[in-house]
Amino acid sequence: MGTSLKRASQARLVGRAHVYGDHIDTDRIIPGKYTKTLDLSHLAEHVLEDLDPDFRQRVQPGDILVAGANFGCGSSREQAPLALKAAGVAAVVARSFARIFYRNAINIGLPAVEIGPHRIRSGHRLEVDLRAGVVRDLTQGEEYPATPMPRVMLAILRAGGLVNYLREHRDYRLGDEHGAP
Amino acid sequence: MAGNPPSHRDAAPAQTVAEKILSAHVGRPVRAGELVVASVDGAMATDATGPLAIRAFQAMGGQALWDPARCFLVLDHATPPPNERIGNLHRLMREFQQRMGGHLYEVGEGICHQLMVEDARVRPGELFVGADSHTPTYGAVNAFAVGVGSTDLAAVWLTGKIWLKVPETIRIELEGRLPKGITAKDLALFLVGHLGVAGAIYQAIEYTGSAIHGLSLASRMTVANMSAEMGAKTGLVDPTGLELPYPFSPVHPDPGAPYAAVHRFDVSTLEPLVAAPHSPDRVVPVREVVGQPIHQAFIGSCTNARLEDLQMAAQVLRGKRIHPRVRLLIAPASRRVFHAALEDGTVQVLSQAGATFIPAGCGPCVGTHQGIPGDGEAVIASTNRNFQGRMGNPRASIYLASPAVVAASALVGAIADPVPILESEETPWELR
Ligand code: SF4
Repeated sequence: MGTSLKRASQARLVGRAHVYGDHIDTDRIIPGKYTKTLDLSHLAEHVLEDLDPDFRQRVQPGDILVAGANFGCGSSREQAPLALKAAGVAAVVARSFARIFYRNAINIGLPAVEIGPHRIRSGHRLEVDLRAGVVRDLTQGEEYPATPMPRVMLAILRAGGLVNYLREHRDYRLGDEHGAP
Repeated sequence: MAGNPPSHRDAAPAQTVAEKILSAHVGRPVRAGELVVASVDGAMATDATGPLAIRAFQAMGGQALWDPARCFLVLDHATPPPNERIGNLHRLMREFQQRMGGHLYEVGEGICHQLMVEDARVRPGELFVGADSHTPTYGAVNAFAVGVGSTDLAAVWLTGKIWLKVPETIRIELEGRLPKGITAKDLALFLVGHLGVAGAIYQAIEYTGSAIHGLSLASRMTVANMSAEMGAKTGLVDPTGLELPYPFSPVHPDPGAPYAAVHRFDVSTLEPLVAAPHSPDRVVPVREVVGQPIHQAFIGSCTNARLEDLQMAAQVLRGKRIHPRVRLLIAPASRRVFHAALEDGTVQVLSQAGATFIPAGCGPCVGTHQGIPGDGEAVIASTNRNFQGRMGNPRASIYLASPAVVAASALVGAIADPVPILESEETPWELR
């Protein structure tokens, strides 16, 4: 699991965009009735099924989900980012995230990136550059600066998630606490 | 906060409640915007989040819980288990608890948040982490309580710590006396409707004012609970007037503490409110949806299933019978609540009115079992979320309201205003 997670959290990701609106809640990312399981393949089958029943068929490994404000609001279920990741989504870009979703995504090694108003449309090719802190719309030739991520989050993402980070360090390293990258 | 230069060491800056509690857990004064690693007083996981947390803990190489006396596991989200898959997840949690220690609440004890407060697992001034989004409920007892996911919780089990951004605080001042029949739930719905589902994202909320000072502990929990519906990190209720069965030192904000925003509302003219499908912030006065037919009514959840909530429903339904085409389901917040409601006759009144009691726990709130609505059906519930599909069927509609409105609607078979029903009662009826 470690290596694939590490690869997924490389500094630059390129993929096709799937664009959705504001306030997509966790029940729409993965309905609660499917979350009482430890089987991730089962989660991927139902990802976004009430919001966009065809997403499952269209999504390709490495694709990037783009959303509006407050993405992932609602429950604390970690199955929401896990389901997206299991379906092949490499990163989520949004105007803003619900805080638990944001933590969960970083903790499982799924980059979650906040940007301002944008003109990204479904099907555009995107590049998410975590190190430079920008999202580039390669189809349109536009660039959107991302909200800088705290250092501890980058350290966790770089490790491939919080499990790997703590397996390695046993505890939080205080040097990771402060400042932007 | 931005714009406030750091003060001199001798002149300690005025702090919000969130800043004070977090400072005490970091070991130095901290301010909003800082990223900190804080020591945790207690950690809770449920059957919805615990199994993944166990797996993450094992993957981290965890051998022992940082402090078993501070770790709580609650089987409440799908209890009793509706299928073998969930039965096995419960088994996994029991086995983990037997190996690692910590306290496990069995099937039927109640909803996690109710149990943490009822059993004084969380106390004023503490930093508590729960793997459930409604953990901010413990702001009712003056604790900084924050919801996280499973991996975060596993990290707390391992280290006893959590990394957090110290949140800015929104202060909400509620003045006046709630009119008869208007409850803490209406107050909470009013605020969610006003601020919106992203109104307090990444922020803490402080609730204060004369309307808050007079609230019971149960009502304070209702208000703090729905902080989650505004996206808040935590919701801290002013401890003035708070009564707990043990001594405590309340944490108040310093005069002049910095707030991101201050909202003042007069609650003395509030009317019963309803959140319409499919978002908790689509809040309208009940009179605008009166007559909307409903098929199922549910009184339960960590928002409204305590004794005062059941009593309120009993007040509406005493000596009456619910509408023949409505199912009224009731899941008490805990076994203790159920016993209290048995002792004072509330359960009998509700059962005679046609209510079906289901075990103390989350019940149909989360859509796993025990009351999944049919296609095209409308549900009115005393819960906190009405997202599409929340109760297990995306083709059903959910309205959120107080237990009084839910009971009145069960009686009429359509959304109804409880105030006229309550006014016709002889029993003097006073809600705090
Ligand atoms: S009662 Fe509902 S909202 Fe509360 S913890 Fe259970 S599932 Fe979550």
